[in-house]
Amino acid sequence: MAAVQDGPMELDAEKETKPEILSDGTSNLSGNTASGTLSSSPLTAAPAGGAPKMEDQQTLIAVLQFLKRNKLSESVEILRREAGLGEHQEDSQATDGSGGGKGDGDGGDANSLLSRVFITSAAAPQSMLVKKDQPDVSVVLSAYSQQGDPPLYQVYYSGLKNFIESVLDCHRAELSQLFYPLFVHMYLELVYNNHETKAKAFFDKFSGDQECYYQDDLRILCGLTKKEHLKGNEVLLDFRTSRFVLRISRDSYQLLKRHLQERHNNQIWNIIQEHLYIDIFDGMPRSKSQIDSMSGSLAGEARREVNKAKVFYGLLKEPEIEVPLDDEDDEAENEEGKPKKKKTKKDSLGSKSKKQDPNAPQQNRIPLPELKDSDKLDKIMYMKESTKRIRLGPENLPSICFYTFLNAFQGLTAVDFTDDSSLLAGGFADSTVRVWSVTPKKLRKVKSTAELNVIDKESDDVLERIMDEKTASESKILHGHSGPVYGVSFSPDRNYLLSSSEDGTVRLWSLQTFTCLVGYKGHNYPVWDTQFSPFGYYFVSGGHDRVARLWATDHYQPLRIFAGHLADVTCTQFHPNSNYVATGSTDRTVRLWDVLNGNCVRILTGHKGPIHSLAFSPNGKFLASGSTDGRVLLWDIGHGLMIGELKGHTDTIYALKFSRDGEILASGSMDNTVRLWDSMKAFDEVETDDFTATTGHIHLPDNSQELLLGMYHSKSTPVTHLHFTRRNLLLAAGAYNSQ
Amino acid sequence: MAEERRQKLCSVILPTESMKAIAESVGVGSLQEESCLALSEEVSYRIKEIAQDALKFMHHGKRRKLTTGDIDHALKLKNVEPLYGFQSQEFIPFRFASGGGRELHFYEEKEVDLSDIINTPLPRVPLDVSLKAHWLSIDGVQPAIPENPPPVPKEQQKTDSTEPLKAVKPGQEEEGSIQTKGQGASSAEVKGKEKMRMKPRSTHELSVEQQLYYKEITEACVGSCEAKRAEALQSIATDPGLYQMLPRFSTFISEGVRVNVVQNNLALLIYLMRMVKALMDNPTLYLEKYLHELIPAVVTCIVSKQLCLRPDVDNHWALRDFAARLMAQSCKTFSTTTNNIQSRITKTFTKALLDDKTQWTTRYGCIAGLAELGHDVIKTLIIPRLSVEGARIKAVMDGPVVSNIDKIGADHVQSLLLKHCACVVAKTRPLPDMVDQYKADYGYLGTMLCSHVVKARAQAAFQAQTVNRTTLTITQPRPTLSMSQSGLSASSGSRTPNIIKVPSSLTLMSTRPGTPTQPSPPATKYIVMATSAGAASTQQVITLSSSQSGSSVTSTVPSNPTSLQPLVKLESGTTGAVSGSRPLQKYIVVSLPSSSSSLENKGSGVLPSSTSPISMESAVKLERSESPAANIQSPH
Repeated sequence: MAAVQDGPMELDAEKETKPEILSDGTSNLSGNTASGTLSSSPLTAAPAGGAPKMEDQQTLIAVLQFLKRNKLSESVEILRREAGLGEHQEDSQATDGSGGGKGDGDGGDANSLLSRVFITSAAAPQSMLVKKDQPDVSVVLSAYSQQGDPPLYQVYYSGLKNFIESVLDCHRAELSQLFYPLFVHMYLELVYNNHETKAKAFFDKFSGDQECYYQDDLRILCGLTKKEHLKGNEVLLDFRTSRFVLRISRDSYQLLKRHLQERHNNQIWNIIQEHLYIDIFDGMPRSKSQIDSMSGSLAGEARREVNKAKVFYGLLKEPEIEVPLDDEDDEAENEEGKPKKKKTKKDSLGSKSKKQDPNAPQQNRIPLPELKDSDKLDKIMYMKESTKRIRLGPENLPSICFYTFLNAFQGLTAVDFTDDSSLLAGGFADSTVRVWSVTPKKLRKVKSTAELNVIDKESDDVLERIMDEKTASESKILHGHSGPVYGVSFSPDRNYLLSSSEDGTVRLWSLQTFTCLVGYKGHNYPVWDTQFSPFGYYFVSGGHDRVARLWATDHYQPLRIFAGHLADVTCTQFHPNSNYVATGSTDRTVRLWDVLNGNCVRILTGHKGPIHSLAFSPNGKFLASGSTDGRVLLWDIGHGLMIGELKGHTDTIYALKFSRDGEILASGSMDNTVRLWDSMKAFDEVETDDFTATTGHIHLPDNSQELLLGMYHSKSTPVTHLHFTRRNLLLAAGAYNSQ
Repeated sequence: MAEERRQKLCSVILPTESMKAIAESVGVGSLQEESCLALSEEVSYRIKEIAQDALKFMHHGKRRKLTTGDIDHALKLKNVEPLYGFQSQEFIPFRFASGGGRELHFYEEKEVDLSDIINTPLPRVPLDVSLKAHWLSIDGVQPAIPENPPPVPKEQQKTDSTEPLKAVKPGQEEEGSIQTKGQGASSAEVKGKEKMRMKPRSTHELSVEQQLYYKEITEACVGSCEAKRAEALQSIATDPGLYQMLPRFSTFISEGVRVNVVQNNLALLIYLMRMVKALMDNPTLYLEKYLHELIPAVVTCIVSKQLCLRPDVDNHWALRDFAARLMAQSCKTFSTTTNNIQSRITKTFTKALLDDKTQWTTRYGCIAGLAELGHDVIKTLIIPRLSVEGARIKAVMDGPVVSNIDKIGADHVQSLLLKHCACVVAKTRPLPDMVDQYKADYGYLGTMLCSHVVKARAQAAFQAQTVNRTTLTITQPRPTLSMSQSGLSASSGSRTPNIIKVPSSLTLMSTRPGTPTQPSPPATKYIVMATSAGAASTQQVITLSSSQSGSSVTSTVPSNPTSLQPLVKLESGTTGAVSGSRPLQKYIVVSLPSSSSSLENKGSGVLPSSTSPISMESAVKLERSESPAANIQSPH
């Protein structure tokens, strides 16, 4: 099926044998493109139920193709009948016939539900209007559910359950994936049609069968007992309207279909058709562990084709600033230091800066700010420091310096270090942001304008003179937010600080004057995280409104809105080359977004809990994500594959960081530990053969214990943030919790 | 398990009775059953929804505990007005009440005793957030510094001792994994061998620092300098990294007791027992392993025939009491069904107690040891023996020829028995306390026991009484607060009309110059606010200090009456110090916090009657002028 989805090429190939279907399909395609809006054709609307999108239409065609090819003419007939209705009445927009006018009472509700979803997913307004004019969507939703007899739901479900339990082991694991989505949809249908007691009985009977990692969803589900409840519950609206994605091998799928046909079990078949997206692949069925490692997200696994887009994960070319570097060398370093320096430069930077990485994006793919003189100086400092960097490895573990916030009274919510590790910022639940200097150099404000006028601007130490010595202190407090501060991020040049808060704003602070410069409004709900681009200027924020936004510091409106997550965006992270943004969400997926066009280029599923931390490896190839379930997952960005699972933490992982050379991954958690993992080994052991890459079937070695290099308990301090200094000293920070 | 919980979760719906109760509380008298049901379902769902949102805030706040603040934020998300002002750092003290067939959970709002609030010094300003850096790890090894947790937690010490084969130290684990990396395939076996080989090594070696520490500590503990000893004991009781020295400490104590009992060195025995106490106080130590050495030492100190050179003079009884308490504590903490410490100890004591030949000292120890184990033990093992012991004591006391030592011993046993038994008897035996009955039941000791029991009962009653002493009734709708002191019944009834009653906290200096009884406390400031009806008010800050005892500095501070929050208002019907009849005037006395809180007469209801009226009158004379602002001047 997936093969078919690739488009017209495949369609042509099939043309000779099945001309009539193909013409249907192609006409649909063309009709769709002609209409120009996303999924406004009734064809898609009818079978897709709540999520009428282009892909769904394609899916439908693909399903038809597939059925044809497999000589399943009955199904084709059924499907075509359903789809055909839409085709004939494509223009009339009156497809009442499909639902037979049933469930008109429910129409209004469903429409409002749908429109809500459309708003949240930022669909084109006209398509929304079209939707509103079409009663058939709601009819489909309700008509569908009226076909079945509610008391029989239990029978249907247990019938399927018996069947799946009786099939061969190799298929059972795959088909078991069906349980959860079917369970949820059947339950929701029952609730939707006001069969309260039936729904409750159904829930009680089968909720125990579901995988343990769906517990959180089931908890929400069990509270839902009335149709009115459905209205406001975003999570379930999403579930209802987005299609749950399953990956099933062809053999298993046919088994299932044959079973459903034999039993004439249209009820389940309809749900599968309408609410599930079954991604069929050729080859061996996957094992239970393979399935388990990838499942767990709110909307099932990622479709394979969404991870096919090319991601330029390489690093950008380093700017040429070698001349001043050498000057610096001559001045600062003695004779001995010089040759060594050059040698190391070749080692560490040569590969990056001299040759263009084939996987790197074009240098100007995203316009980046010009380097200022101060930035160049900083780069030189960086290079000098990196020559003194300790090479870490399993035999050479980093030292960890722990910064404990005392007397924070559980109010510490976010921490960030500057890249050069000179400043530390803490966001607090009492709406303040505090900045500390962790070096002997104290924090000073710039003098007032009146005083600045007096200064001799020609003098050499003018930068020193503009600072007000009287204000020197070790820490400064920034007041401005009106709710807990959930995210802080320093700009790379250390002049600015970003903070995001419960009050729905992101604020930009100047670290020269220690005042607020801009309040970026856009998220109307709490902003959970914000992050500066590694090159400055851009930053990303993500919040409860389920979108991540890309901003530029000099624009008060976002440049990009990354919409697609089904729940809160909890953490954000820029790719080292600044062309991509990774976001983690409560819907238990990680998504990678292209900054250039705002597209979602990767959907990474496998976490079993909300994701609270993300980290890119310094070479940009890999991504690590940590979640409330205490597991760290490692991802290969290029292939969009999970390549490792680090188990060990017993509580939410709030901090992840790769060492400067990427050899060590440090993770910090609520369980008061910092753990060090051998990331080199984890990445080396990955089998990236073509088969794995194309099918996406991964075999995860269970080697967490081998990869764990060290575990360090703090007394009673959850680890909120981790940071590797330029010399590979690990800094950790957290608030002491006296209980 | 999980399944059960889930199903239970599903059925949780607020009871309809709550709906009714809430409806009544907002004035809706009769709510239909159906509406109740519909409401409760709806409310339950909304509450769940809010709780789920609040959880998000908890996660992002990086906490494990849900706070009321989280719920406020969740409400805000739903566009619902948050419950402002419902701040609670800790648990929310809901109370439960039932009666009249109804059950209610309610939030208890206690009556606040304002005088208590005034009496208590202001809480310290919470410390500001500060940053402290320490090394969590140096080159991969966690240094043993106070900032880091103990190298081997108690749990692991336990597994070490109970399952030695499984025990792996964190450091070793690392080493092992590193080595296996080089060795490849046969790593698992090698790893296992290493563990077994390394285990004994680490437990028996002490680093140089540890040896030094051990030497210092033991010397300080038994040395002559009390200050040093206190420090050493403190160190033993709190330091997290002592587990490696534990076997040595334990041997030190048991050997020390053995030697010093023979030499009758009471002081050293006391020091050693204090060490045991300190070890037991240390939360990071797994003592179970060393009980076989410690318990005999402690028991020796309880029951030994002789603990000191001069039993007639030295107070070895105190040591026995102390050791008995230690024993009871270790029984409480360490006794399990497998080691049966408590029952074994009880048996030992009882056996000695039953033996007729037991010396008075040992007898005392046994009784003390048993008595410390709790009321049940006293009830079952000691009280039935009272008459027998009584007879024995009588024999010694009244008998013709007695050694002084025996007499002292018997005397101590007697008072010990009375002390412990009295409260138990007071609790178990029904009233009335008849001396004859007691005599019949308990023999020789009956008479004294009876008087003790009576005393114990009286004390218990007194304690119960004192709980509700000075109360202050605050009724919300009334604008003024009335103060009444019910504690002193005599003075509360008749209120002298021309004296402002001063709450106990107000310290007024004695007028007699040159005799500052107190090491002059810093000037206490009082703001006296006087309001006449319908007039603007003026505050006067009176600074009273002992140096200028008679003359108080008065300054007038015009103020907006609402801005100042009166802590106490005093009402006096007619204040007739100077002028006679005036319309009712109210004085608001607000005491400003003084840096030191050396308050006289703390705890008593009012100032002593001998000083208060006089000092008040002479110190502050209240004069009423026609102007709305009342002036308060010093009489001089």
